[in-house]
Amino acid sequence: MSTPFYVSPQQAMADRAEYARKGIARGRSVVVLQYNDGVVFVAENPSRALHKVSEIYDRIAFAAVGKYNEFENLRIGGVRYADLRGYTYDREDVTARGLANVYAQTLGTIFSSAGEKPYEVELIVAEVGAGPEDDQIYRLPHDGSIVDEHGSVAVGGNADQISSYLDQRHRDGMTLSEALKLAVESLTRDTNGGERTLTAEQLEVAVLDRTRPQQRKFKRILGRQLSRLLEGDGGSGAAKGAPEEAGNPADDD
Amino acid sequence: MEANPRSIGRLPAAFLTPGSSSFMDFLAEHQPAMLPRNRQLPAQGVIEAPHGTTIVAASFPGGVVLAGDRRATMGNIIAQRDIEKVFPADEYSAVGIAGTAGLAVEMVKLFQLELEHFEKVEGVQLSLEGKANRLSTMIRSNLGMAMQGLAVVPLFAGWDVDRQKGRIFSYDVTGGRSEEHGFAATGSGSLFARGALKKLFRDDLTESQATTLVIQALYDAADDDSATGGPDLARRIYPIVTVITDEGFRKLTEAQLSEVVRAIHERRLEEPDGPRAALL
Repeated sequence: MSTPFYVSPQQAMADRAEYARKGIARGRSVVVLQYNDGVVFVAENPSRALHKVSEIYDRIAFAAVGKYNEFENLRIGGVRYADLRGYTYDREDVTARGLANVYAQTLGTIFSSAGEKPYEVELIVAEVGAGPEDDQIYRLPHDGSIVDEHGSVAVGGNADQISSYLDQRHRDGMTLSEALKLAVESLTRDTNGGERTLTAEQLEVAVLDRTRPQQRKFKRILGRQLSRLLEGDGGSGAAKGAPEEAGNPADDD
Repeated sequence: MEANPRSIGRLPAAFLTPGSSSFMDFLAEHQPAMLPRNRQLPAQGVIEAPHGTTIVAASFPGGVVLAGDRRATMGNIIAQRDIEKVFPADEYSAVGIAGTAGLAVEMVKLFQLELEHFEKVEGVQLSLEGKANRLSTMIRSNLGMAMQGLAVVPLFAGWDVDRQKGRIFSYDVTGGRSEEHGFAATGSGSLFARGALKKLFRDDLTESQATTLVIQALYDAADDDSATGGPDLARRIYPIVTVITDEGFRKLTEAQLSEVVRAIHERRLEEPDGPRAALL
């Protein structure tokens, strides 16, 4: 027997939100931190082909958790939006704020449209500025809201716990190595307080580095350079790899 | 919101449709009017617009140099004496343009974006052949303009990451593409530049010798072609010289160029026709 019964709008939206949140919470987390020369993105992602962190434009990058095909669609949409805008006006006129707005509108419309299933994704859009105070980080939850973040942010499964861990320990002016190590520490904590170990192979790391001479500030950190940063003494200068770390991260991959 | 004038701010379907990694394909679908090839041409008539002139390239073991003079002409007037006609296309390639300056600069802008867009969407760079073919398509779509005297004929040079060598591609107005071995030239002074390159080129040039070679060739082109500008020592306007090696694209600084250009100039005060090749 099918009896159509009444579902209140509140209940319908709550159900959709619950559905999206569950999908997002299943995935591994991504953390984004500011450091002295820019913004670092760290994701737990054993795949070398399916990226969670990507370049959007000169100073803008994108990180996402949730369902791959959904955030990949949004990523390509973002690249198209940024490239079209830069072609129509000027490269300067492409901003993270504009992109975050378009994402929010898109996610919001999909979330509240009864005909579509809500996207199970949470995005981060970050832009590196001339100095740390000009950096922008926006978090975009599944429902189309925008949260303006400072310092550090985590999304994905276990995000609350990771965020509070980061909030307590993150400070302004960290070096890349320090920020990276903090990010990895935060990712290794699991829900019941235990710790796992994460190796360089399980991490996807990228930076928006304002000191890069190129116009495009996005750079993936891979292989030897990543291991060196993870092992490095974080600026104390005692470690063997320390002098290279202090230099331009673009010199090696 | 300009991204989407038709609905409520959400990205339109064209933005979220998977498939193409080409920015030009995306434009063709979403905003066809922005593509140069979809522009309405006047039925007939001649337009006078600034034209850029000579571009030369030469390869050496370990890379390739691409250089261009700085003059743009409009009829017998020098429209601009410090125009830049050589641009990075991406990290490992560069493009130099001869022909209608306005259209050429637009073509380069779209070409750069096409390569960057592919790289961002796919996560890998196009192969050097792929880049050269893409440029071919763009020139072909300009054929209508070319028939009205607004041709764009580029020279494309890059470092082939797979084959580990520098390569040069030349084009004709119909988009026909041919790989050049050793050296190449395009534009109004190219006849004279090619003569110079032919006599001076060797297989075993170093990077700095290759730089001298292309500047000598441009010097000779400027000597015999009124539309090509020679180095302007008084105004410190030197040719644009770019080098592409396995470390990527690099543009020579004014200080580096000044040294080479002055040395060549000093020699030419004694021998105005430049270096002489052996007779036999």
